[in-house]
Amino acid sequence: MDLRYTASEQAFRAGLRGWLAATLPGVGDPPPQDDWPARRAYDLRWQRLLFDAGYAGVDWPAEGGGRGASPVEQLIFKEECERAGAPYVGVGFVGLLHAGPTIIAEGTPAQKERYLPRILRGEEVWCQGFSEPDAGSDLASLRTRAARDGDDYVVTGSKIWTSHAEVADFCELLVRTGDAGNRGISWLIMPMSSPGIEIRPLRTMEGTTEFAELFLNEVRVPVANRVGDENDGWRVTMVTLSFERGTAFVGELLECVRLLGELRAGADRLGLLGDEGLVRRFGHLVAAFDALWALTKRNVSEAAQTGVPGTGGSVFKLSFSEHAQALGDLAVEVLDRAALCTDPLEGPDGMPLGNAGQLHNWFKSISLTIAAGTSQVQRNIVAERILGLPKAR
Amino acid sequence: MDFRVDDVQRELAHGIRSFVEGRLPLDKLRACEGDEHAIASGDWVALGETGVFALTLPEPEGTGLGLADAVVVFEELGRALVPGPLVGTFLAAGAGVAPGAAEGRAQVGVHCAGRPGPVLVEHLGSLDALLVLAPDAPAQVVSPAPVGGARRVEHPLDPLTPLWRLDAVPFGGALADHDGRLWSDGALLTAALQVGHAVAALDMAVAYAKERHQFGKPIGSFQAVKHMCADMLVRAEVARAAVHAAACLADAADVARDEAETAGCSPRQLRVRSVAGAKLLSDEAALANARASIQVHGGMGFTWEVPLHLHLKRARVLSTSFGTPAELSADLAAYA
Repeated sequence: MDLRYTASEQAFRAGLRGWLAATLPGVGDPPPQDDWPARRAYDLRWQRLLFDAGYAGVDWPAEGGGRGASPVEQLIFKEECERAGAPYVGVGFVGLLHAGPTIIAEGTPAQKERYLPRILRGEEVWCQGFSEPDAGSDLASLRTRAARDGDDYVVTGSKIWTSHAEVADFCELLVRTGDAGNRGISWLIMPMSSPGIEIRPLRTMEGTTEFAELFLNEVRVPVANRVGDENDGWRVTMVTLSFERGTAFVGELLECVRLLGELRAGADRLGLLGDEGLVRRFGHLVAAFDALWALTKRNVSEAAQTGVPGTGGSVFKLSFSEHAQALGDLAVEVLDRAALCTDPLEGPDGMPLGNAGQLHNWFKSISLTIAAGTSQVQRNIVAERILGLPKAR
Repeated sequence: MDFRVDDVQRELAHGIRSFVEGRLPLDKLRACEGDEHAIASGDWVALGETGVFALTLPEPEGTGLGLADAVVVFEELGRALVPGPLVGTFLAAGAGVAPGAAEGRAQVGVHCAGRPGPVLVEHLGSLDALLVLAPDAPAQVVSPAPVGGARRVEHPLDPLTPLWRLDAVPFGGALADHDGRLWSDGALLTAALQVGHAVAALDMAVAYAKERHQFGKPIGSFQAVKHMCADMLVRAEVARAAVHAAACLADAADVARDEAETAGCSPRQLRVRSVAGAKLLSDEAALANARASIQVHGGMGFTWEVPLHLHLKRARVLSTSFGTPAELSADLAAYA
């Protein structure tokens, strides 16, 4: 075992670091969270800058138009972007991390040519229509129906937790084309301009509209927009999941490290570090985030050698999500009444208290044990796939 | 970068596991419960002959390996509940005190000074020398071991870790210590032992949950039990990653220099930080997993017969050396 980066990995890091230093000053601050048209423009402009510099789709294989970087280089990419304060992938998330990789693996040549370059260049935005009000952890029970009518599917049903729906051009949509269970599902590309789609924004506990519900009323989707065979959509979906190379939460982890440091500096200024119990919680989080950074390197190393993500991702997510919540809880305690206010405040010394950022992380952390597989589902995965305990559901 | 456990390390682990299963099986170890000497001197020599204390010594005295290899071996020793002054003897072999330590012909203990409460020394009656270490004080060696005036504790918590009580922390001769390495290497190897205890407790829980049936099903099919096992694995894996990373940083000065620059601290601070974090998380994993495994075992987990109490008690012993969880977490806060 070795934590030493190779010469080519170091060269990749140096080149990226130089480019970020030269590029970021011209990028400007991100728009407000609820200004979706501005967010779309901002995020796509960043994607175009990445594309022009050869960093678009760092994790995509070269045949899909990506950089074909190794998992270690993907880790370096995310680390350097986070440390430099670069914009997040934002509205490009579904296209770059789910829909694009699926089309690379399972799409027809025509589909690849039509969709992939525009994702990479930051021209089109995708959203995800997987979960339904009655199909969450049990996704395979989804009921949105697609009935064949000539060269079209006619789709009726509803979807939930659809990020970026308001500004998306396409939706990766899972529909039921066959019998109940995971063998009756198909994967469709649904243009968001199709008649019959109603988008209803969902307000989160933070007060912002990160998600939407989609109501689909006899939406016609061409059969040519199906990726993979009819009723083979479950397998197609699982292929996408294997694109994750152990780097899923690198940005979030490093952000937690930064917030922990800012919080401690703030607690010091407020004279709170005489409280031994509080100090130990800071120290514990230092150890936990350091260990999770090490575990990330382990998972990435596994992915680099075996080509599959393995189950290390579940182990990481279970631990990280709980420690992110511990940081959020520590932050609201340290901030005390300043945490009752989500507008940025200054302390008695005129320095910013950082309450807005810490509260944003507190809210986000609460979703971490739910989104992308609840901790309860993750524990089942760890117990059954790693430890070999019997299934009983 | 390839941070996986490599083939050499896997072979080392396998080798030491085979040795322990053949020479130091649990029923043999348990025959010494409550005795003055936790391990027969012949067995200690046999253990030394496998090279476990000389792994990081240069050839031909040792194997010329690194701490990243040593922690893999020490995890196996913890997993198998191997008793004796493992960490002190390893440190003594590296420091060149107590001739024969590297080959298992001497036993060397460690006393971590500066703690409140009674002065209790482990394995004192079997020791040839005693290292007296503290995080920020010069290392000392007391040789021969200060047995005179020591009183043996009649009922030590861990029946395989005999204890002696001294009136005061003994004074010894100064011991060359490069950059606080004795303390940090000792802490790291202790953390590796703790990972072994955490893994042993997990393995026992999983095996029992598969075999024990209630309500007509293996209890491991119930989510309440299954999720306890998953949490045990998470604790063990996170702690293990921390131990392995700290070992890699201790082995490679160039990597440590780069990482320290990113973290905005000195390479020595980075080592102190990574080792303290590894020790903290391993202590917690060992203690929490032993407790959870006892719970999975139900009433049997509370018996003397099932060796889970030995893992819990050893984990308690180890958690009081090289920094307690309370001390470690307080120290680590400075790095936030």
